[in-house]
Amino acid sequence: MKRSMILLTSLLVLLLAVALCGCAGDKSGNGSTITVGIPQDIEDSLDPHLAVAAGTREVLFNIYEGLVKPNSNGELVPALASEYSVDAEGKTYTFTLRKGVKFHDGEPVTVQDVVASIERCADTSNGEPLVAAFSNIAGIEAADDSTVVITLKEADTEFISYMTTAILEAKYIADPTSDPVGTGPYMFVSRSPQENIVLKSFKDYWGEKAYIENVTFKIISNPDTIVMNLEGGSIDMFPRVTTAQAAQLSDKFNIEEGTMNLVQALYLNNAVKPFDDVRVRQALCYAIDPQEIMDYAFDGIGSEIGSSMFPSFGKYFMPELNDVYNQDIDKAKGLLAEAGYPDGFEFTIKVPSNYTQHVDTAQVLKEEFKKIGVTADIELIEWNSWLSDVYSGREYEATVIGVDASSLTPSALLSRFQSEAGNNFVNFNSAEYDAAYAAAVASTDDAKQTEYFKQCEEILAKEAANVYIQDPAELVAISNKYTGYEFYPLYAQDISKIRIADK
Amino acid sequence: MKNSVKKDFNFILGIVLTAIVVVPAIIGIFWTPYGIDTMNNSLKMAGCSLAHPFGCDNFGRDILSRVMAGSAITLLIGLGTVAIGAVAGTVIGAVTGYYGGLADDIFMRFNDVMFSFPSLLLALVFVAVLGSGRTQLTVALGIAFIPSYVRIVRAEYVRARNMDYVKSAKLAGASDIRVMFVHILPNTSKVMMGSLLIGFNNAVLAEAGLSFLGIGVQPPDASLGRMLSDAQTYLFGKPGLAIVPGVTLIVMVLGISLLGKSDTITRIR
Repeated sequence: MKRSMILLTSLLVLLLAVALCGCAGDKSGNGSTITVGIPQDIEDSLDPHLAVAAGTREVLFNIYEGLVKPNSNGELVPALASEYSVDAEGKTYTFTLRKGVKFHDGEPVTVQDVVASIERCADTSNGEPLVAAFSNIAGIEAADDSTVVITLKEADTEFISYMTTAILEAKYIADPTSDPVGTGPYMFVSRSPQENIVLKSFKDYWGEKAYIENVTFKIISNPDTIVMNLEGGSIDMFPRVTTAQAAQLSDKFNIEEGTMNLVQALYLNNAVKPFDDVRVRQALCYAIDPQEIMDYAFDGIGSEIGSSMFPSFGKYFMPELNDVYNQDIDKAKGLLAEAGYPDGFEFTIKVPSNYTQHVDTAQVLKEEFKKIGVTADIELIEWNSWLSDVYSGREYEATVIGVDASSLTPSALLSRFQSEAGNNFVNFNSAEYDAAYAAAVASTDDAKQTEYFKQCEEILAKEAANVYIQDPAELVAISNKYTGYEFYPLYAQDISKIRIADK
Repeated sequence: MKNSVKKDFNFILGIVLTAIVVVPAIIGIFWTPYGIDTMNNSLKMAGCSLAHPFGCDNFGRDILSRVMAGSAITLLIGLGTVAIGAVAGTVIGAVTGYYGGLADDIFMRFNDVMFSFPSLLLALVFVAVLGSGRTQLTVALGIAFIPSYVRIVRAEYVRARNMDYVKSAKLAGASDIRVMFVHILPNTSKVMMGSLLIGFNNAVLAEAGLSFLGIGVQPPDASLGRMLSDAQTYLFGKPGLAIVPGVTLIVMVLGISLLGKSDTITRIR
């Protein structure tokens, strides 16, 4: 009798404690947690200057900041610099450091840190600088304790957008991955490979502090388990669910709708046969219908694109390029015959298996290519193999992937197609393009520059560098316990804006 | 004999269940009602109808056609796996079991090491080396299944090598090869028959497992495992996509298991 009473009382106390814990977390944001599912590990690097994968950058967005950073409208706002000015020529940029900004380890941000970070990215001792545009830097110096002056060799009106480059602490600069210390609203706690990345809110953040204290990015590499993970409660949010997945979620989840800000395309290795022939590439473009792909794999939503540019870019986006190729089977067959493939040919599309939307797209493409007598074999590969074989090694014929922009300047999407660019993974090679791109970067007049960038887009479309498809719609599934999710016109997940919903 | 077949309940049920799957699968190799990757937007996620008895999947592809072709691929992979595993396993098992000695010890310890890995894991390693795809998958599974056959066959040969009929065959001047494969091998059939069928089942399940993990048969090809894997996304919305290939797999495996257990099969010489 007595024993059971004790048992009962302790149980009640335990229950009460659990209930109280729950309440405390909701009010202040202290102790609150969110687990965000992501499709891949941030395997390529914790070093913000070396990371290439869009999926890595969207996580690092919360940890690192540059002198300026984009806001949710895509405008660049001062971050570590409280203000900046450009001289009339467009050659000298002067930044004033914000006062009292601290790194996650408590050290103040100094001009030395800024200079060291920029210099690291501009370093040409290993060939290409880490940030290609930094090859234009003539000099960088700390004018005083709070002012940094960057002078350029040639005027570049786009330059400010590269100042989103993460500022690291000078003493960690040799290897930032051992101690990933940044200045963002969240600080790095730990990472378990293939499992998760844990972040904690940074109490001394200079701007609006993050609301939710503990953030875990959990890697869900099998897309088929996303719905189960969400419903089972092991993740609270997953950016980029498919329409089919969204339809299955219960009303415990809200679906936010935006765009992914990706150039989804069938990327062709322009250096291998038969894709070294422009007629073959054009034939593939004539064979497909982006709307059909959206209908099958995306429930009909998405924005068609015709070049390496997506609608968030506003004036740079050219909707007229969507109609350079409209599905025309006869024309496609004619072009193939002209190129010497009257009976079609066979090629392999390598697709990263962790992206359902790309795998589904590849399946529809295969069907569409059948109509022009071209056989496409699909090979699913793991994300890390994709990065090493396809992206870095360029050992592939074709791949379906989405390419993001690291900043909201057209060069973020277009610079990679210069013949000699280090990240030109499609091996696109056109002297005309190189000239147009160089002219764009060099021009100080905004209207002229826009014109040159548009010329670049046109060349990509006409030369059929890739089979452009769409900027997919982004559906974010987030538990209704949270609110405040914001879309960026870039590939970013800003967790600091998310709050616990009022009950 | 005839009478006993009639009474052999396992055998009859096994044959019936196996036939339910195998016959459509064999037809599926040559003909399916619709193309297995013919997409149709108006039939996306269509339910059951006379034209499409099992409905259509997320691309509007006919599920019946895909299950027919899919079971055929799954069966072929199973057969290929068993063929590779059993032939290689029998040869290695026969040699080591018959001769014994140091080579036997070394081989068997190596075999034990291989055995200590789950065969699915072993197959995963081979797929990682060979790449994914139908042929690679068959080879990978076949290799992974060798150790189990080696062990079974070796045990039979160790038992047989001192038997009178083997001794007399040797005295009559028969070569080692002849003794091993003409005299002893037929006597292992009783044990082999059962293990072949169980092995076949394991291979079918392993194929399904690996394709389910996304490293076996590549889309848009169908296999039972591949279809189950694709259906996972729609498990809550349209369970039919998973139920049809799932039930097919169960019936196939159950049928073959019953055959393996039946007296008629184990009595075959």
